[in-house]
Amino acid sequence: MSEFLERSHTAGTSGAASQAVGRQSIGFTRPPAILGGASVVGSKEGDGPLGHLFDRVNEDPLCGKSTWEQAESEMQRQALALALGKLSLEPGDVRYLFAGDLLGQIIATSFGARDMEIPLFGLYGACSTIGEALQLGAMAVGGGYAGRVACVASSHLGSAEKQFRFPMGYGNQRPLSATWTVTGAGAFILGEGEGYVRITGITTGKIVDYGVKDSMNMGACMAPAAADTIAGNLEDFGREPEDYDRIITGDLGAVGKEILLKLLRERGYDIGRQHTDCGLEIYDRKRQDVHSGGSGCGCAAATLSAYSLDQIAEGHWRRVLFVPTGALLSTVSFNEGESVPGIAHGVVLEG
Amino acid sequence: MTAGKDMREDRKKGAEQGMREDGQKGMEQGMGEDRKRGREKDMQEVHRDMEKDMQEKVQEYNEYVKAVTPKHSLWKNMLQAFLVGGLICVLGQAVMNFALSRGLAQEEAGTWTSISLVLFSVVLTGLNLYPKLAKFGGAGTLVPITGFANSVAAPAIEFQKEGQVFGIGCKIFTIAGPVILYGTFASWALGLVLWVWQQVM
Repeated sequence: MSEFLERSHTAGTSGAASQAVGRQSIGFTRPPAILGGASVVGSKEGDGPLGHLFDRVNEDPLCGKSTWEQAESEMQRQALALALGKLSLEPGDVRYLFAGDLLGQIIATSFGARDMEIPLFGLYGACSTIGEALQLGAMAVGGGYAGRVACVASSHLGSAEKQFRFPMGYGNQRPLSATWTVTGAGAFILGEGEGYVRITGITTGKIVDYGVKDSMNMGACMAPAAADTIAGNLEDFGREPEDYDRIITGDLGAVGKEILLKLLRERGYDIGRQHTDCGLEIYDRKRQDVHSGGSGCGCAAATLSAYSLDQIAEGHWRRVLFVPTGALLSTVSFNEGESVPGIAHGVVLEG
Repeated sequence: MTAGKDMREDRKKGAEQGMREDGQKGMEQGMGEDRKRGREKDMQEVHRDMEKDMQEKVQEYNEYVKAVTPKHSLWKNMLQAFLVGGLICVLGQAVMNFALSRGLAQEEAGTWTSISLVLFSVVLTGLNLYPKLAKFGGAGTLVPITGFANSVAAPAIEFQKEGQVFGIGCKIFTIAGPVILYGTFASWALGLVLWVWQQVM
């Protein structure tokens, strides 16, 4: 890590003992570890290619509750409880909780975390939320402010459709560029010392808006943000795409993937070999009729927990750049004719 | 398509422009009023040009996105809409013929047809079958009265959890509301035109 400390051109930092790298990144001198994670999904995700890897599949879309929102909260609670349980920890062993979801006023988090009694930072980064949570969690641990923290994010098809689009029973044709909101939640416990995967660096994304107004084509809205963060990461750390075994975006889908590869090629980076997208991994697009792929906070969070982390821990991938992507739209801004800004947060994971 | 690079360069250009402006302010104080005004005009033009460039970038990216985004086949969609919409109308005709054969007047039979189709659609919505039909049939399920019924029943089911008043009451017409409002308004406006026409002729 010392090589990064010597880079003096960090933006807005005082230098010397700083862990800041380049314009928008951090290289941790003592990398925090992901001690463990857990994933909870719905039946459609359980039926997908990663189905056997998730810790829990809720066949009941309401998770035994009476509303979509309660169901999403319940999934957050289940994911965090499972993650804690795997490490034989109690909620009291965790100093901070960084959590978020897609709903207005992040109610899935408020009610999901209600009984945990862990000091909470509620986050909103649309579908990039788990990236934001992991970044802040890693900063808290890496900075010595907490021994252990938890990061959680969730989404639910029912609550997301209801809030952003139409009631579930309404009949309409979704465009082929539309994505399918993942019903799922992912939870991660971060801590000092040895874990099975280390967070060695982060690159915080800025809002990037290329003026796309089509909320049913979120891949196109988010691809420029993903390209910006990935390029920023490579520039800040002085790396090439080959330095990563995988570059994993959150939920760009098929349309967004194509655009991302093109935008990065224009910047001189070819990530065609490394790039995968959680939205393309979590569903079988041919069989499951999800159009462009999966989306939602739960898409990146559950896929990372169930699949990607193990690949790193088992040594199949040595270094991975995880870049969950978010489309920062609201029904109000959309109706008022605004475009859909994108954001993407990079987290460098190493075995 | 070089939107990314160009946008970055534009931003840099913008920043440089700002710096230059700051430096110029001092000089400008010594300038004659006319020249100063002329320079402000130049600056405005530069800003206008930058905005125009930005708009072009946005347009360029949007056009590229449009080109790479797959679309439903219009002909296939029209055929499916024709089939499903046609079948719904055949169903309506069957109800109509049955009502007429039972001795109902034309108008009463029409009312019974509408009511039956609405019931048919609401039941399918409740069983979560209408969305599947609509996915296949598209506008063929949207245009007949069954589509209207679905757009009222679906919010009623979804928002029931938020209560009889603020849930169902406030939100039942979130989709159908515009149709009701502008449908009523359009019939009123056309009625007015007809009335004026009749007075004049």
